[in-house]
Amino acid sequence: MNSGLLRDLQGLLGDAAVLHRPEELLLYEYDGSVEIARPTCVVFPRTTAEVQRIVQLANQYQTPLIGRGAGTGLSGGALARNGGILTVFSRMNRILNVDVENQRATVQPGVVNSDLSAAVAHLGLHFAPDPSSQKACTIGGNVSENSGGPHTLAYGVTTNHTLALEVVLPDGELIRIGSAALDPVGYDLMGLFVGSEGTLALITEITVKLTRTPESVKTLLAIFETLDDATETVADITARGITPAACEMLDGWTLRAVEAYVHAGFPLDCAAVLLLEVDGVKESAERHAEDVAEVCRRHNAREVRVARDAQERDLLWKGRKNAFGAVGRLSSTYYVQDGVIPRTKLPATLRHINHIGEKYGFQIGNIFHAGDGNLHPLILFDARDPEQFRRVVAASDEIIKFCLEMGGSITGEHGVGMEKDRLMPLLFSEAELDLMRHVRDAFNPKGLLNPNKIFPSKKGCGEIHVQPLPMQGVAAI
Amino acid sequence: MSVISPTIQSRFAGLLGAGAVISDPTAVATYQIDDLTPTVVLRPDAVEQIPEIIKLAAAEKLAVVATGGRTKLNIGLPPAKYDVALDMSALNKIIAYDPGDLTLSVEAGIPLRQISRALAQHGQFLPLAVPFLERTTIGGTIASGVDGPLRQLYGTARDYLLGMEFVTGEGVAAKSGGRVVKNVTGYDIHKLMIGALGTLGVMTRLNFKTFPLPAATRGFVARFPTAAQACEMRNRIAGSPLSPLTLDILSPQVAGLFSAAAPPSKFEPEPLPPNVLSNSEWTVTTGYCGHDEVLTRYEAGLRQIAADCGTTAVTILAENLAPAWARKREFIPIALASSPATTIIKISVLPSRLKDVLATAHAAAEANSLPWASLARGVGIVYFALLPSDQNSDSFARVRKATTAIHQAAAKLEANSTIPWCPASWKKDLHIWGPEPRNVSQMQKLKNVFDPQNVLSPGRFVGGI
Repeated sequence: MNSGLLRDLQGLLGDAAVLHRPEELLLYEYDGSVEIARPTCVVFPRTTAEVQRIVQLANQYQTPLIGRGAGTGLSGGALARNGGILTVFSRMNRILNVDVENQRATVQPGVVNSDLSAAVAHLGLHFAPDPSSQKACTIGGNVSENSGGPHTLAYGVTTNHTLALEVVLPDGELIRIGSAALDPVGYDLMGLFVGSEGTLALITEITVKLTRTPESVKTLLAIFETLDDATETVADITARGITPAACEMLDGWTLRAVEAYVHAGFPLDCAAVLLLEVDGVKESAERHAEDVAEVCRRHNAREVRVARDAQERDLLWKGRKNAFGAVGRLSSTYYVQDGVIPRTKLPATLRHINHIGEKYGFQIGNIFHAGDGNLHPLILFDARDPEQFRRVVAASDEIIKFCLEMGGSITGEHGVGMEKDRLMPLLFSEAELDLMRHVRDAFNPKGLLNPNKIFPSKKGCGEIHVQPLPMQGVAAI
Repeated sequence: MSVISPTIQSRFAGLLGAGAVISDPTAVATYQIDDLTPTVVLRPDAVEQIPEIIKLAAAEKLAVVATGGRTKLNIGLPPAKYDVALDMSALNKIIAYDPGDLTLSVEAGIPLRQISRALAQHGQFLPLAVPFLERTTIGGTIASGVDGPLRQLYGTARDYLLGMEFVTGEGVAAKSGGRVVKNVTGYDIHKLMIGALGTLGVMTRLNFKTFPLPAATRGFVARFPTAAQACEMRNRIAGSPLSPLTLDILSPQVAGLFSAAAPPSKFEPEPLPPNVLSNSEWTVTTGYCGHDEVLTRYEAGLRQIAADCGTTAVTILAENLAPAWARKREFIPIALASSPATTIIKISVLPSRLKDVLATAHAAAEANSLPWASLARGVGIVYFALLPSDQNSDSFARVRKATTAIHQAAAKLEANSTIPWCPASWKKDLHIWGPEPRNVSQMQKLKNVFDPQNVLSPGRFVGGI
């Protein structure tokens, strides 16, 4: 790398906060996706002033700049696609303020998602977005990707819980957008910046809403003999206007992988389970639990178990949240999709995904946010075999195209990043993509910040680009 | 009034058909914004016509304001230029409604009432209980960014608007978001359009998440001698396990506004039950829903909280909550109808500071001998209405003093304050977008992307955007 840049970064942050040797950079060339890209260097700022200075250096040396939290993302959003300064926020991890009365917290971007919830649990509050990686992922990353999670079905995704940001724009200007009070004046800059995948600004401070932890929570496990019964149950629960706090589905194959790892007591001989949660005041949670169980039984559920206590509930959720890890024990690599479909199309879509698996000869596990139609088919493959990698991309594209035919979307919560940029033309016209590029360019005119993300490169547009081969097992968290 | 040459008018007629180009002065006058009247009204009947209209307008340097029910055109600064009123009301179709998926796609000109009727057939609704409900369209509701009492539980449109199609100031038809309930594909441009007063694009189609209609609902009304006690009840509800549908605090004067015979009946046929409000007391009104056990639980919980806060009277509004809801929802139109120079300040603030905002606004009004009334939402939004008895230079001077004091006090409390409604001729002197709007230069960057030639609603927005 440029020795002047290295010297300046070391001068700013100290030698220990700048990684630049190839063996040091290896750890930072991947995230939770199958993408690989090595940064030129990795820096660990501690203050907003340092972040501003890093941005100025990136401008001075015309070097790309990429923000990164814990690197658990599933679309390559926090990878240095074309090299550059990877700015890791793990040292900016302080909870700056908790306002109990107004149910708000202000945090630095490197605060781990579940650490915030743990810190306010004794106040009867929590931070609602709960991605499966919540024990590792950071709130800065959540904001950048507009992360979801199982409980976003009832509570909304990150954008619904983020009130204000302090950000450093790519030209080094520090601004505050949004406000701790609702309805800030002017265009909804918060709506634009949250979920912009690190392409508009680096986030240095975040004010979020905290959610009151419900008085009563009922967690149910419904066990089905056929996949169709399970998917039709979800469609029926939705159609009846019951909104559970969470409605997750695991198919039989995934369930067996999970059970072997977590020992949550999942049945080994069924086709699918639904993990359902209802909450609220005691009277309401009890009634809704009965309603949900009744719909499950109506669709031939073999058994509906209700967690008897917090321990049983935690075990069921442990099974769900560690599912990707459990699958990682079976296959060195898997490709996880994030398509979304209308809930009414769930049965047909799941059947089609199975059909695609058979057609391409891949085992596809399904574990996903059924309640909001957000699929996560996991395609197991051997990354050392280039032919398999090509076929896995083809199978995955076929799944995505089916989701779009159903009126859906290519990503529900993982982001576009560098993984799905080539799919964007399936959903957006060139004029629409240009409009979004112009929005990016308005804030990031030199393209120094997180370049070549979200939007397909103009040249290769429409072609399937050749992805770098993963070099090792990818453990998505 | 601006002038559009007959040649250009005939080109519009060529695009839309002669009947969709209206230049009759009487008809055109009904599209007035503040003191400006457009030259021509265009009434497209197909979404595909919009890009062509905008391209022609841009080429001829005409300014276009899209309109719906024309109930909220007076929000914002007067347009810098206003040649064409683009009447969207013929674009009023439901494009897709999937009750099983709880998703809806509609054209921008559809009246909210028409949406409500279609959704109610499937036991669903959009929680947009916004003012001017009888006349407003979905496009106008979104463009103006108005809120309603149901935001207590359901949030605002940004929480359930899934996607949108729109036309930029260069006549480019584009979309953002989608029709599914969860989606992170591309930038959330549709959120930028909420409350933008049409300055970034002409919305053509909008996609929403719908919600099951609440089953049985109840209203709970508690009266208090002081605003501080009413705010305390709000705080205790927020700290309790209860999550009501609505939670609003009404000032004593609201009793008079809501019971006055003429104006309220214009907005809702049902009268408010007698003796619910008192013109000497503050009132907490809250609605909740559920089956019998839940209703019982809420009533007991709310009664206890109200008693702890020193309530003087509690009323339970049984099954039909509509009247109470409707009055709360229509606070703004009722306030506008009750004075010749109604000036409404909207203040958003951390809920714990509601009582401070109310106290300072109250003091500013009294110090300037201005009648007033306020409605405060539990989430931290205050609509503070100054109600002078005349519109003249004296009342203007007093309103200016009061609003300046309220703006200053709000800034000290880290609140956002704007003046969405006031007499047109007062706007330029009242800081209607707040004393010092932040990030105007960032917003201008967006305006330059979406409408570089300043065709769409020029000058109405923050910082004169």
